[in-house]
Amino acid sequence: MNELLRKFPRSMESLLDILHAIQDADPQHHLSDEALRAAAEYVGAPLSEVVSTATFYTMYSRTPRGRHIIRLCESPPCQLLGAGTLGEVLADGLGVAVGETTADGAFTLETTSCLGACAEGPAMMVDDRVYGDLTKEKVLSVIAEVRRSDATR
Amino acid sequence: MRPGSRTPAKETRIVLENCGRIDPESLSEAVKTGAYKTVTQVVREKRPSAEITAEIKRSGLRGRGGAGFPTGVKWSFTAPGDVKYIVCNADEGEPGTFKDRLILEGDPHKLLEGMLLAGYAVGASKGYVYIRGEYSLSIRRIQKAIDDARAGGYLGDAILGSSFAFDIEVKRGAGAYVCGEETSLIESIEGKRGYPRLKPPYPGSVGLWKKPTVVNNVETLANVPAIIVRGADWFRGFGTASSPGTKVFQILGDVETPRAVEVEMGTPLRTLIEAFGGGIRAGKRFKAALLGGAAGAVVGPVALDMPMDFDGAKERGGVLGSGAILVLDEDASVVELLHGILRFFRHESCGQCVPCRVGASVLVTLSERIRSGGATADDLERLVEVARTMHATSLCPLGQSPILPIQTAVDSFREEFEACMAKPCSAGA
Repeated sequence: MNELLRKFPRSMESLLDILHAIQDADPQHHLSDEALRAAAEYVGAPLSEVVSTATFYTMYSRTPRGRHIIRLCESPPCQLLGAGTLGEVLADGLGVAVGETTADGAFTLETTSCLGACAEGPAMMVDDRVYGDLTKEKVLSVIAEVRRSDATR
Repeated sequence: MRPGSRTPAKETRIVLENCGRIDPESLSEAVKTGAYKTVTQVVREKRPSAEITAEIKRSGLRGRGGAGFPTGVKWSFTAPGDVKYIVCNADEGEPGTFKDRLILEGDPHKLLEGMLLAGYAVGASKGYVYIRGEYSLSIRRIQKAIDDARAGGYLGDAILGSSFAFDIEVKRGAGAYVCGEETSLIESIEGKRGYPRLKPPYPGSVGLWKKPTVVNNVETLANVPAIIVRGADWFRGFGTASSPGTKVFQILGDVETPRAVEVEMGTPLRTLIEAFGGGIRAGKRFKAALLGGAAGAVVGPVALDMPMDFDGAKERGGVLGSGAILVLDEDASVVELLHGILRFFRHESCGQCVPCRVGASVLVTLSERIRSGGATADDLERLVEVARTMHATSLCPLGQSPILPIQTAVDSFREEFEACMAKPCSAGA
């Protein structure tokens, strides 16, 4: 943790970057109590201020998540093109509701506001990668592909 | 409107001129196409900073984030002081909008040069690019461009051997639409919740760390180098008298070829949809368009000849906003579209002020009742009334926004709302 923090200037200005870095480095992609305490101590701010920031932004999670985070865009442009049905396909395919993590810890299903991939809607992000022109088949094949690449790792 | 068969219409590219033509990760390619030429000329000739602001003022450049405020006037409002900041708002989150991403990913040096010139004009020596957290590639490309520009002498102390110093830092957002509002964005750079501040004071006098700060959109800043090197008169040769220049539009939804295009301000909506969007998909008919994103206006077929510039759109009940044009064909439901928009506002309301926090929830409840057939005529009036109250009493543009899509949708498509209330439309839509 300390090694991770050392890269950043010790001020509140670094807080968003620090929280991103902690979360990205965590296999469960979340901000634990100890992590927030360490961040608060590092930037020299009260823990309450750090928690306040950490709980405001949707990309941060206080609860453990899966190895991969799926963010399905549910903005009006993607909805018009059928994102609603894809949400059901994902939920059924993974056996979880939005906000939940699969039992094997592989995926957390989330929805997100506009991803800025509107010309290729409906769209979703899996981790850092954006997938567009989604259909039921494509959504399921992306999931299968991620599972396969996990298995060969 | 029939798809296909049309000759492709021609774009007028200023901010997107190099996108797709150069390697965005190569400084030397950018320089070959003219990057940093303007700033080199300005510092070598030691042009007075007031001249730069005056040129931008004369050009009539207006803020491309959506508000359309004159950029040169904004710059001239920057209060005096030793420490000032330039903040580039790249927190692109308006649904249907990805124009800034094209610039961030496709020609990052053009944006950096725009920020340098803004810094030179107002006397700032530090800039921030605040990029939404989901735009990973944009963040990487801008960071690389900054590193390369610094190594090339275009950023840092003594730029090109002059006394002008300016450096730029990337800030990554973390998923909050409200941070597109300039004072929320400033709070977020400071490491806090993205709660909007009361205005006034405006950032021009009390901004980042209480210092005078200019906040400009990506597309706005990307126009600056060309205006300074070619002059305000050249820029005024494009677009309309009150909205000079070009605009990047995103034509989306039920069209044959969804895409982004850069055209002159004032281009009719019909041209954008037919000539650039390829017309309505599968030979269907045009029903409606949502202009400017979620915080935008819903217009019907009577609006197709609307000139798409700040004032032309507004005069005809539309709005330019971010340049998003979401097209609905005859089978799409305006009631469902509006419901999606209202859910978006409920999700993105930051919760700081009561009218927006409570109002955004009430709007979704009412809309849910309308689409599921359980509403009375009073509920439709209440929907408008609640949004009007939010507009009058909310602290920032987020809470002030829902009235526009609601009012325009209900005005143009009242029969559809009434039909839905009589017989639920949500099941089939």
